[in-house]
Amino acid sequence: MTTMDRLVGAGVDRIDGPAKVRGTAPYAYEQDPGEPIAHLAVVQSTVNRGRISRLDPSRAEALPGVLAVLTPANAPRLGKGLASDLPVLQSLDVHYQGQVVAAVVAETSEIAKAAVGAIAVGYDAEPPDVALSPDREDLYAPEKLMAGFATDSIIGDVDGALAAAVVSIDATYETPTQHHNPIEMHTSMARWDGDSLTLWDADQGPHNIVNDLVTGFGLDAGQVRVISPYVGGAFGSKAFTHPNQMLAAMAARVVGRTVVYELTRQQMFSLVGHRTPTIQRLRLGADPEGRLTAISHEVVEHTARIAEFAEQTATPTRVLYAAPHRRTTHRLARLDVPPPTIMRAPGETPGMFALESAMDELAVVLGLDPVELRIRNEPERDPERDLPWSTRNLVECLRTGAERFGWAGRDLRPGVRTEGRWLVGTGVASATYPTRRRKAQCRISVDGAGRYVVEIDGSDIGTGAWTALTQIAADALGTDMASVELRIGDSRLPFAGGAGGSTGLASWGTAIVFTARDLRKQLDEQHGGQPPAGGLSVDGELPGESPHAKTHSMHAYGAHFVEVRVDRDSGEVRVPRATSVYDAGTIVNAKTARSQLLGGFSMGVSMALHEGSVTDERYGHYVNHDLAEYHVATNADIGEIDISWLDVDDQLANPIGLKGIGEIGITGAAAAVANAYWHATRLRIRDLPITPDKYFRELGES
Amino acid sequence: MDSQITLRVDGAAHPLAVDTRTTLLDALRERLRITSPKKGCDHGQCGACTVLLDGRRVNSCLVLAVTVGDAEVTTSDGLAVDDVPHALHRSFVEHDAFQCGYCTPGQVCSAAGILAEARAGWPSAVTPDVAADTVELTDDEIRERMSGNLCRCAAYANIVPAVADVARAEGVRR
Ligand code: FES
Ligand code: FES
Repeated sequence: MTTMDRLVGAGVDRIDGPAKVRGTAPYAYEQDPGEPIAHLAVVQSTVNRGRISRLDPSRAEALPGVLAVLTPANAPRLGKGLASDLPVLQSLDVHYQGQVVAAVVAETSEIAKAAVGAIAVGYDAEPPDVALSPDREDLYAPEKLMAGFATDSIIGDVDGALAAAVVSIDATYETPTQHHNPIEMHTSMARWDGDSLTLWDADQGPHNIVNDLVTGFGLDAGQVRVISPYVGGAFGSKAFTHPNQMLAAMAARVVGRTVVYELTRQQMFSLVGHRTPTIQRLRLGADPEGRLTAISHEVVEHTARIAEFAEQTATPTRVLYAAPHRRTTHRLARLDVPPPTIMRAPGETPGMFALESAMDELAVVLGLDPVELRIRNEPERDPERDLPWSTRNLVECLRTGAERFGWAGRDLRPGVRTEGRWLVGTGVASATYPTRRRKAQCRISVDGAGRYVVEIDGSDIGTGAWTALTQIAADALGTDMASVELRIGDSRLPFAGGAGGSTGLASWGTAIVFTARDLRKQLDEQHGGQPPAGGLSVDGELPGESPHAKTHSMHAYGAHFVEVRVDRDSGEVRVPRATSVYDAGTIVNAKTARSQLLGGFSMGVSMALHEGSVTDERYGHYVNHDLAEYHVATNADIGEIDISWLDVDDQLANPIGLKGIGEIGITGAAAAVANAYWHATRLRIRDLPITPDKYFRELGES
Repeated sequence: MDSQITLRVDGAAHPLAVDTRTTLLDALRERLRITSPKKGCDHGQCGACTVLLDGRRVNSCLVLAVTVGDAEVTTSDGLAVDDVPHALHRSFVEHDAFQCGYCTPGQVCSAAGILAEARAGWPSAVTPDVAADTVELTDDEIRERMSGNLCRCAAYANIVPAVADVARAEGVRR
């Protein structure tokens, strides 16, 4: 396709860039609803399990400027069929700490917040059950995992092969609860006009939100409009409906005017999901040359009492390396915690930390270069589905990365390099993430002057979709970007799934390509190749998964190489440089794609060294529930990062040949850091994050 | 309790009544609907609300509106003069120094702040000679000084060269 080659691939500046740097692109809170806005603030439960015994709103109601106080006693009844924590204020029962037990609507945010403090709530509470452990008696196997993956996979005689293995590893890795913390807090602003609801919202896909509003408020889809053209980061927390959308719509209905609910940063730790903590036992068996004979990856993680969310943590182990005997299992504990949800590369992010750390440990036992160990275990076909790869260039990523990083000649011994107070080491890990696509519809119109409007309910949460989709459309239509006006982020636009699973460009982009083909065909066949004076509009659809998805295994790959420095006196960890090489198929926009890969990798460094929500098992809450105490990487934490990609075009995945780039960067990144940390210090930290205290803990033990 | 104040923002004077509890950030965003500065925490922990107050960067969520007085408030939007983007605006776009863009107006104001700090010779924790008259904005200086502005999209590795280019053009970096 010659027209695909002009703009796709170019490092075009973001079309939304000039507005974003000045701060004029309107995020949810910043939209103009056309009338004065009332403000909502919430009272949250201070217990994890129990029942509200007393709730007195009278002092709050008496405050000047308070428009309404909503409680389970007076809140409008929502429709049946809402799941998880969406039936807000419908019952006196409490299922997790932080659950909304009352909401205040007031003229200003200051009044609403003050009124919250005037509401007294009492509970009949039971002690919180929040501690995850592999020894719990109540662990259970969910029916299936997130995204439809099987709970377990067992091939061959794993225990027999492990017992017979000449070399083996048996280690347990832990990752903590993590919170997404996009810098824009979740915000919903609702306005009713009669029985029609408009919601300006921070989400990853307006169509994802509509159904719950339809169910909750007894509307038809045509009566709900969700608008979110600009979203201030998401990482999974904004993928699905949370209590904020329900509350804003409910409150606006009660007070009869526009209501905005902007979460506080502290509320971001209980009301919009988190990544489950994991405890992962990895066992690897190998022959003396380092060929794996058995892989076992057993995962224990949590879910909420009111919702089952089963993270697919061991699924990367099903595809990454060859071994005749293999097992992956997932077991859940139902705890008194808020519902977990997807967070950047759910499954791969925690799972690859364990697998890629274990591979490093195996290389150490074998005395083998960890790059070489991975190359020796490269499978020719998908080892569990027994299918050919669509494209797979993991070995090439490892080789190219080693070259760019300067890996050759690396001394395998740990703890032998020092520069002043710094202990220096290097580490490697693979990256992988599935390539998928989803159903999407699209409308393209052209006017008599050859100006195109492309409409699709895609979403740009910082990915660069505004720009990349315009590039794809311009190429597919055989025109320039200035002749294409893209419309996304509005549920009135043709249906599309939200941003998630790295499926955005594969789904929306392909729908655009298909629709553009139809439009050009009609122009050619019926209008002599010229747009008719009255214009022309064509609706198109991408039905869903690639027709080759059942016969081929489709994944993106990568390899990370990291240098770590550890202060031998304080245990401080620095990551001065890193190299990542990706096989992510066609890169649509070289500039924004690099940013996505950079951002993913940097979030992996953040996960490795900083992130973890600490649960107080006595009182059941997250202790460090703000950005001063839940640490994320800052500018000074990130060093030089060399990002590149291989020239790959995966035509079996989609006609653009892309594999998705939003998540691949974070996968494996934490393991690369931990492996380099071991190389620097000889200390193997198997529980993230690698904070300075663990340096002294391990020194004490070793 | 309400107080009558006048806020001078991006060259325009805005008389308004504010609750004495109202922060500068909320006065801008919620009262005046000047939404270039963003709210990422409301507690001085993220930097998204950074504006310049008489040329110095502040977290506007930590400033009460009634205390601003005659000081001139400059937002990232206000750095564009006569609608011409500031050099930092252009450099941030050129280097793709953001993704979602929500932390970005705060980053831009912070960057404008550190250019002025370097010109004035204010040292940071990584400045080799704290007695020097001027400070060169090396990559390490930029990383250190910009670390009060969190970017969850982690555009850091692009923010550093975006600021460095402007620093070079303004003579605070070789
Ligand atoms: S909103 Fe002011 S520092 Fe975060
Ligand atoms: S660009 Fe998204 S938080 Fe910085």
